[in-house]
Amino acid sequence: MAARIQVPEQAKPGEVIEIRVLIQHPMETGYRYDEGGQTIARNTIRTLICRYSGTEIFRADLSPGIAANPYLQFTTVARASGDIEFSWVDDEGVAGSERTRLYVAA
Amino acid sequence: MRNFVALLGLACVALIAAAQDRVIPLSELRSGSEFLSPELRTLQADAFANPGMLWVERGAKLWSTPAGKSGQSCASCHQDAAKSMRGVAASYPKIDAKSGALLNVEARINQCRETRQGASPFRYESEELLSITIFVNIKSSNDKINVVIEGIAKPHFEAGRTLYYRRNGQMNLSCAQCHEANAGRTLFAERISQGHPNAYPAYRMEWQAMGSLERRLRACLSGVRAEMLPYGAAEYRDLALFLAWRAQGLPVEAPGVRR
Repeated sequence: MAARIQVPEQAKPGEVIEIRVLIQHPMETGYRYDEGGQTIARNTIRTLICRYSGTEIFRADLSPGIAANPYLQFTTVARASGDIEFSWVDDEGVAGSERTRLYVAA
Repeated sequence: MRNFVALLGLACVALIAAAQDRVIPLSELRSGSEFLSPELRTLQADAFANPGMLWVERGAKLWSTPAGKSGQSCASCHQDAAKSMRGVAASYPKIDAKSGALLNVEARINQCRETRQGASPFRYESEELLSITIFVNIKSSNDKINVVIEGIAKPHFEAGRTLYYRRNGQMNLSCAQCHEANAGRTLFAERISQGHPNAYPAYRMEWQAMGSLERRLRACLSGVRAEMLPYGAAEYRDLALFLAWRAQGLPVEAPGVRR
């Protein structure tokens, strides 16, 4: 599963920065039926975690009410240069992750 | 005085003839994005949050991935797509000089795969075909649609026009009855657009995914309770050529976001 992460090109220490993430995922609700009338099994991302230099800074429990290809944004405070890493697990147990580098300089 | 009236008459005839060059006058041409909610328009304009960008990224990878017996990728011949594909999609559907067939971007990509790369064509509506098509399309972003309808393309264009104005399905509706006679008016909770193809393949909220113009046309056929033609049917391309000509002057929106 592909994902896109957006962080500022460069941030100053102590600056409030916006982090945006877009993940490709069907977010199947479990309430739909296929052409044969069978229930399509639920498959949504259960948990989404964001780590900044290895420290968890954001966690979200997603539900079937969220559209396919979920898009989230939140803010954090830039401290030092490090990896912003997102990881997630869906109902089928498929795990995904994506990372990008955040550069912090005065 | 008589001369003046005659001249005025002549001028009117000339004006009508000029007006008939277009179905919708340029000043009244409205892209589908103008019929969207402000939220969706913002989403389309946001180069990061636009969900279609997920497909563009995949397309970029496919562009430089070797395929088939030749071991060549798209980039092996066409190099940098930003240069080689600039404005290309705005001129499709287009007649292929060699075979004389009318091709859309999807068919052109598959033709390249078969004849040059020695690879199997991508299936219609497959993620791969959509991805690489939108990747090519985005290189024509904001370029004005400009198709050729003369020469070999003429019969395709005429066939497309006939399809557009022909009543169809159990509802007995033609495309024009909604998208020309009633464009801008409300159908259930939505405003009817002028029905332009300039954003396709588009990320459609209803599909929660990227889909081609053919898929969109099938949705309309289903809406009027008509028989849905199979993917790749010649009728879709003829209609697409007429639609592109009708939308001539509108910019390509890629990746488009629609309801």
